[in-house]
Amino acid sequence: MTNANQQAVALYSNDFLREVEERVEEGEWVKMCMQCGVCAGSCPLGNAWQHTPQKLFMMIRAGKREEVLTSDSMWMCTSCYNCIVRCPRKLPITHIMHGLANYAHRLNLAPKGQPTREVARLFWNSLAKTGRVNELKFSLAMYFKDGIVQGIKNAMAMQSIGLALVMTKRLNPMELFGGHKCKDPGSLHKMIAKAREIEDRKKGFTS
Amino acid sequence: MNASIATNQTILVVGGGISGMTSALEAAECGKQVILAERNTSLGGRTSLLYRYFPKMCHPTCGLEINLRRLKANRNLRVMTQTEVTSVTGKRGDYTVTLKISPRYVNQNCTGCGECAKVVEAEIDNPYEYGLSKTKAAYLPHAMAYPQRYVLDASIVGAADGEKAKAACKYNAIELDMKTETVELKVGAVIWATGWKPYDAAKIQPYGYDRFDNVITSLEFERLADPHGPTGGKLLRPSDGKEAKNIAFIQCAGSRDENHLRHCSRICCMASLKQTQYVREVYGDEGKSTIYYIDIRSIDRLEDFYQKVQQDSAVKFVKSKVANIKLHEETNDLILHGVDTEGYHRYAAQHDLVVLAVGMEPESNGIALPADMITDSSGFIEGSKDGGQFSAGAASSPLDVNRSVQSATAASLRAIQVVHKTSATEGAR
Repeated sequence: MTNANQQAVALYSNDFLREVEERVEEGEWVKMCMQCGVCAGSCPLGNAWQHTPQKLFMMIRAGKREEVLTSDSMWMCTSCYNCIVRCPRKLPITHIMHGLANYAHRLNLAPKGQPTREVARLFWNSLAKTGRVNELKFSLAMYFKDGIVQGIKNAMAMQSIGLALVMTKRLNPMELFGGHKCKDPGSLHKMIAKAREIEDRKKGFTS
Repeated sequence: MNASIATNQTILVVGGGISGMTSALEAAECGKQVILAERNTSLGGRTSLLYRYFPKMCHPTCGLEINLRRLKANRNLRVMTQTEVTSVTGKRGDYTVTLKISPRYVNQNCTGCGECAKVVEAEIDNPYEYGLSKTKAAYLPHAMAYPQRYVLDASIVGAADGEKAKAACKYNAIELDMKTETVELKVGAVIWATGWKPYDAAKIQPYGYDRFDNVITSLEFERLADPHGPTGGKLLRPSDGKEAKNIAFIQCAGSRDENHLRHCSRICCMASLKQTQYVREVYGDEGKSTIYYIDIRSIDRLEDFYQKVQQDSAVKFVKSKVANIKLHEETNDLILHGVDTEGYHRYAAQHDLVVLAVGMEPESNGIALPADMITDSSGFIEGSKDGGQFSAGAASSPLDVNRSVQSATAASLRAIQVVHKTSATEGAR
């Protein structure tokens, strides 16, 4: 158990709904679900979800903390917004899914190596460092996330697309060395740190 | 018209459905002068278009007939059809109302013989069948219509058909030069019994009411089940006239939905439970009904009826709001997609007919009410701020017939209190 996770368990023993309401983005909406099932039925990737949003909401209310936070279900959301449009109670379901995923990531309970989580992590790391997403490094990191051998295979498979991007000046090979950045990354780091501090305070993280 | 009825002790009832008729009769039978204004060509409203009532499965015609007999026997009540209220001014106990009376083109001489309908060729969408069938442009609204007088549709007035109808009439009942009239009256209280309308099912995009012939509304289903209806009581689906024996009922079609109607329409669960019994009536065990629901709300004592239907082996319940409907091209059947809440199973269920239990919207939505009127967030009328105008029945809240009648009686009593006080304080009469 990570430190943050231990704290959360101590703080919200047996009341996962309250934990979600206080700590998950848009989590206060969970109690509004009336279990009609339209979100689950409307999701174009519905079959890929072990637990549909409807089911996740019920699991949250039933206190199934471990199963929810370690699930890869909410990582399946592609933000198509079909569920939000259809929800008769106007729950911001897409945002709640991302909120849950983010919270599970924060507590380090999210499934390791889950592709969506990996993409998000690499994207964020690249962005937070320089203020810009380094597309070359980001793509290469994706290729090699499952090891060197798989990385080389991936790179070979994508070779012609990569070259075409270089030829049409959509991809600069020099980005590999440092790469471009925003004007003052130091200030950006401070902003992010401050935002994190505010969020932690609001949501009761003590770390 | 007798001049004495247009005083400020008169009660105006707007809308001649079951609620308006009840309100008007209760007041008139208490000796008050009442004007009952109905926009359509006949009294009875949506009630007259139902096949049976829940929970007793009796026919609305019975109750309507009782009310019509009370009405015919009462001298205090004046019925005005094709009449709309265009303005209400003044205050509690002393209102001036403006009524617009559209021409019927048929006067009191009409005996209902039907000779005009025989000679008229033009046909119009039958306004009493939700467009499921056509009727001649000279028509009797329906079997129970009051007044029992024919109507000429405005489209044939000034055309050859109109002249033919006039020539065919032996009683000199057809007046092709009738004009729209506007009259002003003084009334002491107003009861708004303007009723409800079905929510526009085409707005529920994933259910395809506008795209699929075999997706119909619960009100259209009432007409299909009615022996006086367009199919003579056979449950024939619109696309090919095939007998529908595997019918899906989708609850909360528009209701309890922030994207459509915010409120629970209250009656639709009972209406669908009732309609499963129409299917049984026609096909016995062979007629399968499936109800897709969020939760069944069979209000208070009507729970018994729900339990009875639950025992019916031909009726299946699926706890799920259907996500979307797709057409099965070869058969014109519909495939219902969704996930059920009892076990979270994904389904794709085929049915030959889908009935949308559409929600109730106030008929007054989209019509300008007097400025003084208070409505709730769905548009249901609560009454006027000055306490001289009231709402009755489904105009006030989504109500079934039974509760509409109770509401109408209550509204009538409140209106009587207003005009009673007026006559006492002003010393009139």
